[in-house]
Amino acid sequence: MPAPEQHRLIFRHIDEDGYSNDLACYQRNGGYGVLRKAVLRKPEELIDEVKKSGLRGRGGAGFPCGVKWSLVDRKSGKPIYLVVNADESEPGTFKDRYIIYRDPHQLIEGIMISCFANKVERAFIYIRGEFPEGAKILERAIAEARAAGLAGPNILGTGYGCEIYVHRGAGAYICGEETGLIESLEGKRPYPRIKPPYFPAVLGLYQCPTIVNNVETLCHVKHIADMGGEAYAKIGTPGNTGTRILCVSGHVQRPGYYEFEVGKVTMGQLLNEVCGGPLPGRTFKAVIPGGSSAKVLRFGERYRGKRKAGAEMVEYDWGVEDIPMDFDSLAMIGSMGGSGGVIVMDDSVSMVEALGNINAFYSHESCGQCTPCREGSLWMKKITARMVHGEARPEDGALLKSVADQIAGRTICAFGEACAWPTQSFIAKFGDEFKGYAQAKKAPRADGVPELV
Amino acid sequence: MNLRADTLRRIDEVITHYPQKRSAALPLLHFVQEDQGHVSTEAIEWIAARLEVEPINIYELVTFYPMFRQKPIGRRHIKVCRTLSCAIMGGYRTCSEFQKQFGTGLGEVSPDGEVTIEFVECLASCGTAPVVMIDDDLHERVDPARARSLSEKIKAESRATAGTR
Repeated sequence: MPAPEQHRLIFRHIDEDGYSNDLACYQRNGGYGVLRKAVLRKPEELIDEVKKSGLRGRGGAGFPCGVKWSLVDRKSGKPIYLVVNADESEPGTFKDRYIIYRDPHQLIEGIMISCFANKVERAFIYIRGEFPEGAKILERAIAEARAAGLAGPNILGTGYGCEIYVHRGAGAYICGEETGLIESLEGKRPYPRIKPPYFPAVLGLYQCPTIVNNVETLCHVKHIADMGGEAYAKIGTPGNTGTRILCVSGHVQRPGYYEFEVGKVTMGQLLNEVCGGPLPGRTFKAVIPGGSSAKVLRFGERYRGKRKAGAEMVEYDWGVEDIPMDFDSLAMIGSMGGSGGVIVMDDSVSMVEALGNINAFYSHESCGQCTPCREGSLWMKKITARMVHGEARPEDGALLKSVADQIAGRTICAFGEACAWPTQSFIAKFGDEFKGYAQAKKAPRADGVPELV
Repeated sequence: MNLRADTLRRIDEVITHYPQKRSAALPLLHFVQEDQGHVSTEAIEWIAARLEVEPINIYELVTFYPMFRQKPIGRRHIKVCRTLSCAIMGGYRTCSEFQKQFGTGLGEVSPDGEVTIEFVECLASCGTAPVVMIDDDLHERVDPARARSLSEKIKAESRATAGTR
């Protein structure tokens, strides 16, 4: 079956000639029209639209946005904060970069609609430190919007006001974890908080109710307010509504960002047709479907089971190429849609070395608060680094797995899982390669095959 | 502390963004580092006093967040992405090439004082790997040949400004 056409909602204008990131260009293309209509409605109605839309968070966990909003404590009398998670750091993910750099007003319109719906009067955009230009672009866009009465005090003459501030991070991956982000925004080390009791919806920023949403998620809110929740829910597939930006990197002919209705494109269509297939003379070996912490998929493996199709349960028997790119299908086959970062590796890549690279990342980024994660991520890094640069032993795979198995489920935040899943899945699916690595690395390295560790 | 007037103005302004002063710690660290090139002990104490917290509350941020540094670096800062998507597209070779061009190891100041090269984690531009940031600018698809031409450019700019230093 040929791949469906892209359905560009968020990236509608992003590659158009002459489309610039200033207010005038955004307004020429209908920008802020949705906000103008939204502020004439009751905030509760907008929240209902988001609930009806079925929108799931695009940052990683895929948690329903409407549910997140409905958990907010609105009776405490404390101010409610909105924090935009623009700390895009999950390896393989680069969608928010293009929204921020090329269409910042779309994000600001989404933020303002979300703030109005939730009666938020102060919002922060927490942007990763490695986007210095992005922070300047957002600051300029906010100033433009403010001068035009689209943000700041008395928005569009309604009497409602909301300030948006840009807050720069400083290179720590853990700030993408929402409670770590909140700690960082309070001027502290970003140690994630324990839940319960520190659910952001109740005890978030400054112990006030707080909504933390991803950049792409907030852009979707704009389109939901525009077309209505029911119409939005018709895009995509049931339970996986709307569109999703898929970021493809690694060994394909045309890496880049592609926006499809969720679940309408399969992994095979995405990689072979949309991205042009493997590099010349190569074949696909493995793909990580949702950012580097998602469990790896091995080309050639089969996934079998029963799934819901409408009201019925039907059997499925899929290869990697057959998997629909949606949250539920990827979870069903034991991985996740995560942040939408698809990393492709061909037959030139050693899985031991690829895992060594990933382990170095998670070891560097563990915040150090929980012992299993701090020590475990370091040990996994040391074992894979030794395998590559020193002695590799047949039992190292089992050793790695035993370390990984003792991390997941024993930490305050999901980083424990994020650093254990790569090791667990690489060993489960490429175990023979770990056993045979000592032998394999005696052979001279093929020309052009890059170092990874 | 000898901060530029513009830095002081930005500091005063940014503190008003937050209901609690301490929240301005990261912005102040960024501003001071941009002004002075690094964060000195004196700067840590100055920021702590400005935000009415203890120096340890600022010091622990400097030691945690990778972007803050306590020592000066070269005039230009080259950050090569090390993470998976860049590595499988040749990021390690790119990094070695920069080191060769300036005759320096990772995290050091090159002998001519020109650059500090770092291998950093994911820069979120995986689709155009391998990527490199030079100061605040992102460079995409930087293979060894492009690393050489970027190095040449840095050296040429250095020669051009040498007279004014």
